Amino acid sequence: MRIALCIKQVPDTADIKWTENNTIQREGVESVINPFDTYAIETAVRLKEKIKDVHITVLSMGPPQAQEILKKAISMGVDDGFLVSDRKFAGADTIATSKTLATAIGEKIKDVDLIICGQFATDGDTAQTGPSIAQHLNFPQVTYVKEITGYKDGVLTVKREVEDGVEIVKVQLPAVLCMLKCDYEPRRPLIEGFIKAHNANVKSYSMEDVNLLPEEVGMKGSPTYVSKAFRPEQKQGGEVIVPKDAKEGAKILKEKLKEFEII
Amino acid sequence: MTNQGILIYAEVTREGDLASVVLELANSAQNLAAKLGGQEVSALVVTNAGDIEHVKSDLKSNGFDKVYIVQDERLAIYSTEFYSKIVIDLINEIKPEIVLIGATTQGRDLAPRISSSLNTGLTADCTSLDINEKGMLAATRPTFGGNLMATILCKNFPQMASVRPKVLKKSTFPIEKDTQFIEIKPEIDNVEKKVELVEFIKNIPSTGKRIDESEIIVAGGKGLKSADGLKLLEELANVLGGAVGASRAAVDAGWADHSIQVGQTGKTVMPKLYIACAISGAIQHTVGMNSSEKIIAINKDPKAPIFQIADIGIVGDVYEIVPELIEMLK
Ligand SMILES: Cc1cc2nc3c(=O)[nH]c(=O)nc-3n(C[C@H](O)[C@H](O)[C@H](O)COP(=O)(O)OP(=O)(O)OC[C@H]3O[C@@H](n4cnc5c(N)ncnc54)[C@H](O)[C@@H]3O)c2cc1C
Ligand SMILES: Nc1ncnc2c1ncn2[C@@H]1O[C@H](COP(=O)(O)O)[C@@H](O)[C@H]1O
Repeated sequence: MRIALCIKQVPDTADIKWTENNTIQREGVESVINPFDTYAIETAVRLKEKIKDVHITVLSMGPPQAQEILKKAISMGVDDGFLVSDRKFAGADTIATSKTLATAIGEKIKDVDLIICGQFATDGDTAQTGPSIAQHLNFPQVTYVKEITGYKDGVLTVKREVEDGVEIVKVQLPAVLCMLKCDYEPRRPLIEGFIKAHNANVKSYSMEDVNLLPEEVGMKGSPTYVSKAFRPEQKQGGEVIVPKDAKEGAKILKEKLKEFEII
Repeated sequence: MTNQGILIYAEVTREGDLASVVLELANSAQNLAAKLGGQEVSALVVTNAGDIEHVKSDLKSNGFDKVYIVQDERLAIYSTEFYSKIVIDLINEIKPEIVLIGATTQGRDLAPRISSSLNTGLTADCTSLDINEKGMLAATRPTFGGNLMATILCKNFPQMASVRPKVLKKSTFPIEKDTQFIEIKPEIDNVEKKVELVEFIKNIPSTGKRIDESEIIVAGGKGLKSADGLKLLEELANVLGGAVGASRAAVDAGWADHSIQVGQTGKTVMPKLYIACAISGAIQHTVGMNSSEKIIAINKDPKAPIFQIADIGIVGDVYEIVPELIEMLK
């Protein structure tokens, strides 16, 4: 089974900078693997441990520094990885991003069976890239996935979390899965993992290398654009009271509940 | 410009009712339509072959000019493949200028398939919609966990947006329209369905209220030190008619299910009142709840960051204060 893992480097939620064009500044900012993508990595590696002949390739579209997260994924048990990186990709929205990722997967991974994405990225938080990749490749998709629970004859069984409960679904491969937080934590790499990652040759492909056209990528290939970005009004904290005992504390709260028209 | 009118995807719930976000969209769409010089507002209902009179009457009394209805027993359960084909076919036929979809689990599964098939823009999980001076949809949404708001425009048609439930308001005086109901046959015979629902296990929240629907949330954190603490909060939630939420630390400790986790890797909620009990207020938690109308925090530590965003903070022990409060409210 050939698995492609799409992971994204995101700035730490607490540390955000924007460029003059209202696009996200990626260089020189503290970055991490998008949290949901760490569960995507863990899920893929667990599948590889369970069934025979699984090969996992991790990829990311981003600036050269995104090599780091690909190596991190390799240290966690992913077989190999590549970066799709080109100045022309700048300003991509989810349409251009998913087109780029879907095309790169098609060009560089032969007969992919399963693509795993995170449910959403903590920067853009669109949750659109995975389903859009699926649409480009005409693959079925399962979103809000918590766990892969079974595999047999080209059919995966997965558990998904929806608003009103849990669904168990079967999906025929090839397919796209979008991962939520799992009930297990992503593993820490072992020393062999670090060595493998250190020695790994993570290639970087340009727009031409994956046979895309300038009008399909980046700002040009994006139907949407940011017209304005602004800081929302920051919520201001109110009073912090140290009551003399619990009774007084409860009384203050009861008054507040009245003031807030809750009771 | 050939595209005209606003189309709303009228999601039907598992129980066969109209999802409440649809009426929120209906109200917003009336305003947008007025700003566009009185364009038509239509809805698309996709559902099984059962009785949908109640859905039709809800739509009729909320100002829709036209309602397209697609009924088929194969549509009893939501399917990305069938549903996206149906919505795409209708968009290609009626060519709306704007398409709005609720940012529910279903909406967020469905919308990107449609936009990428039509190669048009989709702004995700919007919290406000407007028409700009050029007559284009200006969709505003939080990014970076609510740290920054971005207003997004779309160059292609239809302009699409998914809209976060419970943010826009339903109309208090909805207009009843002489709605035209149009039944259409789904063209899905040739669609290969590769995803099958095997089982659905309904989640029955301990308080009977879903965290994404409740106006009041009482949430507990690691400071509760055991699952019993959440039981206590459940009692308070019951007295107030609210739901129980949890921090990630409480979920990871095994005291609560992930479905009630609030924050970056859990849910984003914006109730009327959020009561944070023994939660420190890490940024990954607060991004999921800092848009709540009112926030109350109870924490032992006077320096806990949660107090920086709480409308009222009480320094004290949850195990002492909450039982007193429950007593007083009973
Ligand atoms: C990638 C990533 C994603 C994350 N996603 C989320 C997320 O979605 N949601 C989330 O919540 N967190 C998330 N976190 C974790 C987050 O950073 C914090 O670790 C977590 O929110 C802390 O939970 P807590 O406040 O319950 O626990 P703590 O930080 O341990 O705080 C416990 C608090 O309880 C107080 N306390 C103790 N005893 C009492 C008592 N008897 N009465 C009153 N107060 C008491 C203490 O003073 C303390 O302030 C994420 C972290 C990362 C790295
Ligand atoms: N530039 C990118 N490179 C690789 N994967 C991406 C990229 N952008 C988004 N993704 C994937 O799509 C998921 C959803 O992202 P988003 O649609 O931005 O919320 C992420 O969790 C990743 O798995």
